Amino acid sequence: MNRHLISAGDLSLDDALLILDTADELASTAARPMKKLPTLRGRTVVNLFYEDSTRTRISFEAAAKRLSADVINFSAKGSSVAKGESLKDTALTLEAMGADAVVIRHSASGAPHRLAGWVRGSVVNAGDGAHEHPTQALLDAFTMRRRLGRIEELRVTIVGDVLHSRVARSNVLLLSTLGADVTLVAPPTLLPVAVGSWPCSVGYDLDAALPKADVVMMLRVQQERMNAAYFPSVREYSRRYGLDAARMALLPDHGIVMHPGPMNRGVEIAAEVADSARSTIVEQVANGVSVRMAVLYLLLGGAWETGEQR
Amino acid sequence: MTGTWLITGARPLGGEPADVLIRDGVIAEIGPGLDAPGAPEAPGAPGTTGAEGAADATAQRLDASGLILLPGLVDLHTHLREPGREDAETVATGTAAAALGGYTAVHAMANTDPVADTAGVVEQIWRLGRQAGRCDVQPVGAVTVGLDGAHLAELGAMADSAARVRLFSDDGRCVHDAVLMRRALEYVRAFGGVIAQHAQEPRLTEGAQVNEGEISARLGLTGWPAVAEEAIVARDCLLAAHVGSALHICHVSTAGSVEIIRWAKSKGWQVTAEVTPHHLLLTEERATGYDPVFKVNPPLRTAEDVAALRAGLADGTIDCVATDHAPHPLEDKETEWQAAAFGMTGLETALRVVHQAMVEPGLLDWAGVADRMSSRPAAIGRLGGHGRLAAGEPANLVLYDPGPREAVDPTVHASKSRNTPFRGLMLPGRVIATFLRGRPTVLDGKLAW
Repeated sequence: MNRHLISAGDLSLDDALLILDTADELASTAARPMKKLPTLRGRTVVNLFYEDSTRTRISFEAAAKRLSADVINFSAKGSSVAKGESLKDTALTLEAMGADAVVIRHSASGAPHRLAGWVRGSVVNAGDGAHEHPTQALLDAFTMRRRLGRIEELRVTIVGDVLHSRVARSNVLLLSTLGADVTLVAPPTLLPVAVGSWPCSVGYDLDAALPKADVVMMLRVQQERMNAAYFPSVREYSRRYGLDAARMALLPDHGIVMHPGPMNRGVEIAAEVADSARSTIVEQVANGVSVRMAVLYLLLGGAWETGEQR
Repeated sequence: MTGTWLITGARPLGGEPADVLIRDGVIAEIGPGLDAPGAPEAPGAPGTTGAEGAADATAQRLDASGLILLPGLVDLHTHLREPGREDAETVATGTAAAALGGYTAVHAMANTDPVADTAGVVEQIWRLGRQAGRCDVQPVGAVTVGLDGAHLAELGAMADSAARVRLFSDDGRCVHDAVLMRRALEYVRAFGGVIAQHAQEPRLTEGAQVNEGEISARLGLTGWPAVAEEAIVARDCLLAAHVGSALHICHVSTAGSVEIIRWAKSKGWQVTAEVTPHHLLLTEERATGYDPVFKVNPPLRTAEDVAALRAGLADGTIDCVATDHAPHPLEDKETEWQAAAFGMTGLETALRVVHQAMVEPGLLDWAGVADRMSSRPAAIGRLGGHGRLAAGEPANLVLYDPGPREAVDPTVHASKSRNTPFRGLMLPGRVIATFLRGRPTVLDGKLAW
């Protein structure tokens, strides 16, 4: 393992499997009445969030607390990139406070790279701009493995705004490392021009992709795309790329539906699909805590002590 | 320090060794054997007599054995930042950097604060240059008031001012309105002016950070597509042809632009172009660590673009090298990539970069370097006293040692800013001396005063 987790592409197959296996073990602790492990006692984890993301922040917070780490939430929302204290000065402050790990969410792609140059502790990327969100990809892979028993040779279709999606980037990288067969489906306006160089296939027709998909992952359509000529209207987008019950029926019987949240019900995903038995959306949230525990545990090198402790 | 100088053993344009006698700010003679008292008149040096030609005993001597002698370099594209951003650069520090890079004239871009869009501001910059004294400062006038892209600035007043502005540019912004661009091209014909266009279609580059392609897709940074440059280059070549005016394209960065300019020149249209040292040497790969020292506009492009730019400079499609020296204080670069300022310093490394990118691969010889870094930019900028290495011309010279190979160390740069993308890079050569009208500004690789 590297000292930081910034890109899913930095994980070797062994690293990725180690995180998933560790998350499996840690998930079992969540079922116990006493959920807390003493592993990271005395260590400090800072959640440095420049963007509002309650779900990701509380997921990291829960993960760190279950490992007995001290958690400091540093909400820098509003101190936008252009004004307020610079990221470098914030980094030096966290360094002075003795942060062992900094979990950073930032609207600027590459902010975790910059931060890693200014702090001694581990940097965990909790989403940077349109770049990456590696723990989301890990929890998605973890969810697939739990539901379908494997990741290798799974056919995964990712649908929607790939151009601006850090979730898509991290998933393409991680899933290709893990041996899955990824297909991106989107209107051409929402795919990067060089998407052909990515380790995946690309299509424009969702109906054609679904019968072959073991997993379909729907991406959120951001409000700000809706008036920028990426597609003519929300209704047209929804008709061509939204997952409704009729489309979901095209999936093979074992096929699952994923969404990183938060959802736009009625836009990229219909309510009956989101709430169906195929949907893993709530599991993804629960799995997120286990995966983030595994990441913090492995990065901070905490001693693995389970049995004796009880 | 002024007075008579005898430079011995230098290789003019990289050719056979010769001596140069400088007297009263002018190249009195250039040729072999001026060293000897009563030496015969050098061939090809009209206007001198034998008696005048001999170096007298009072001449200061400079042994330049093995050094390349070039006409003083001329930069068509320099951001001196004064007035307004004296924390990044001043005319004094920028011209010191220029002298150390071998330059004897720089064109100061108009995007200062206040913008150089009136006779008053351009005269102020011109005077600051005269006071600094190390390098001629030729102000570039803004095309539009406040670089707003909407109203023509008083181009005629700037042309008639003491600064005698001939080059006009909204650099940093594109004159994107086709009608305004047409009018500007037409209008400056009255006084032999040139419009230097920053070719960037604004709508195609909203929020753009890096070259659009594989790297932008991977890094999740908004792409700056080549077509946004090429569309404006093509449009403006056609406009310049239509109205019969002179167009200069700033910092050409794509293979497609080179092709379009080659085609425009084949038609005989008055189109000239420049390329920066960084676009000749670096590619978009540098962005992958998100270090904003590599953030520049137009962005670093692909290896194919670099090859096309080199070929274009070699065959003359691209007329000249211009630095786009763009100093920024540390705090404007020690940030997230998208929050950082665009731009790189370049004056103190340009000749070495061109040596590496063009001379070492055999794409240009030293005569070619003199043409692309001195003669042609002087001609495009309508600067009379620069760009020629001949007896009777003002003694604007640079002596360059092609031998050493050292890592670039920004801490020794005279520029106030340190944002060089070449930090730590091993580059050949060293500027040893620069003369501005017979007065050394640089000696032994250091500022002479």
